[in-house]
Amino acid sequence: MKIALKEVAKVIRSKNAGPFELTLDILLKETEMFEKMREKNVINVKAIAELYQIPEEDVISIVYFPNANAIKATIVRPLPSGALGERDVYGAQQHGPLVSFEFEI
Amino acid sequence: MKKELKILSPTGIVGYGFPEESFMAGVALKPDLIACDAGSTDPGPYYLGSGIPFTNATAVKRDMKLMLKAACELNIPLVVGTAGGSGADVHVAREVDIIRQIAKEEGLSFKMAVISSEFKKETLIEQLNAGKIEKLGPAPVVTEKDIMDSTHIVAQMGIEPIMEALDNGAQVVICGRCYDPAAFAAPAVRLGYDQALALHLGKILECAAICATPGSGSDCIMGYLGEDYFCIEPLNPERKCTPTSVSAHTLYEKTNPYILPGPGGQLDLSECVFTAVSDRRVKVTGSKFIPEAVPSVKLEGAKGAGFRTVSICANRDPIFISQVDAILEDLRKRTADNLSADFEYNLDFIVYGKNGVMGQLEPLNQISSHEIGIVIDVVADTQEHSAAACAIARSTLLHYGYPGRIATAGNLAFPFSPSDMKVGEIYVFSVYALLRTDDPTKLFRPVYEEVKP
Repeated sequence: MKIALKEVAKVIRSKNAGPFELTLDILLKETEMFEKMREKNVINVKAIAELYQIPEEDVISIVYFPNANAIKATIVRPLPSGALGERDVYGAQQHGPLVSFEFEI
Repeated sequence: MKKELKILSPTGIVGYGFPEESFMAGVALKPDLIACDAGSTDPGPYYLGSGIPFTNATAVKRDMKLMLKAACELNIPLVVGTAGGSGADVHVAREVDIIRQIAKEEGLSFKMAVISSEFKKETLIEQLNAGKIEKLGPAPVVTEKDIMDSTHIVAQMGIEPIMEALDNGAQVVICGRCYDPAAFAAPAVRLGYDQALALHLGKILECAAICATPGSGSDCIMGYLGEDYFCIEPLNPERKCTPTSVSAHTLYEKTNPYILPGPGGQLDLSECVFTAVSDRRVKVTGSKFIPEAVPSVKLEGAKGAGFRTVSICANRDPIFISQVDAILEDLRKRTADNLSADFEYNLDFIVYGKNGVMGQLEPLNQISSHEIGIVIDVVADTQEHSAAACAIARSTLLHYGYPGRIATAGNLAFPFSPSDMKVGEIYVFSVYALLRTDDPTKLFRPVYEEVKP
């Protein structure tokens, strides 16, 4: 059965981590779901690269953070904050694809 | 046993405001230190590059007045990090002027230290040639040209220069670009408190009450630093800190929540324990600091990238919308033709309703909206050149004849007259790198002043 990330998460957000990186945070509502997702490695380098159509080497890190039932993915910004052609100076509206993300466990 | 050190953090950025009631509740607890961060690179490169603060002077004066008066009344230090938003000398100068005004108006006297973090280009080029400037993450390698082109280059100071200023009797310390936690941690480390705990506490306090639930970057919070722990509790009774809210904050704006690099080394939070002391107060233990063999500080610089003109317009014609990609592609050629320019310009179309927010990261290719917004964005070497190119792109798009066009009066709805806006000079980040240094104190020299009414 497909699970919608937005149904099991209480926070899904994106933000600059400095002007050259973009970091995506997912905070799960329940520890049980966090543990299941961690066990199955649902959010992984390949999944993030596919979702954002970027090379896998541009996914800097994926960290599972049990203290907050959180999963964090950090990617290289395609363009630095404020560069010509760049669209989101704070990087705060790049989380949308994760809100629509579905997975199976 | 060391006594518990109380550190009051009024707001996330000086000038973002805080409720006076929360602040006074903190003052009533007799803090040992008031510290506040005042800067960020988040608003983009314009502010560092132009020298214009992103915070409003009236709002800064309001926040600063409350903090200065409380520090003087309690006879405790006030430390402000990254004054003026970006921390170059010109930003710091505005805050120092505001402080002098307040002292005059409120009859306050104190010794102030102002610590510059701005570099001369020649000094940095020497460092570059000596191989002391290193690439940082995905940012490009710094060249001599990047340094020469920059309008301002600052380095993030750590705790050392602030400790020196306090050692020399300064009560108010106004820093140029500063590692956010340093303003909070330096006075504590100077008194012999554990550096790792002090920096970790500073990391949380610098965002004020964001670590509480409900969170806020413009409400006050108190940190309590002990010998082998720290506690944190918001000052507004409507907020509380929980182990989850505080540990979740560790994620915010960081690449990795376990390892947080800063000047001189990195915080290792992988063995931290967050426990509830009450339903509003959280205790943290287990923070570690791993020093670097050769200390480093982070450099930030920005340079001019030309002059911008934008035109905001929109379309609500299904036939136009179905062809928008092809239309805009052809419009680039038409604009070049119609303009016959002897200057270079960068023409960009931001199409809201398609991929205006995410650009190349947008996974959805279909436009499902009945209307689209278009921002015509032109950057050129002068304001007049960008205005000329924007005007041609705008008028050509307005009357562009695309296949199957039946709305022959005009393709665009303009919300404003004039339709084109001259933005002025714009900037981009030009330097983002590490500088290795044997002695981080030497880079940042405090200058002292007896401030009197």
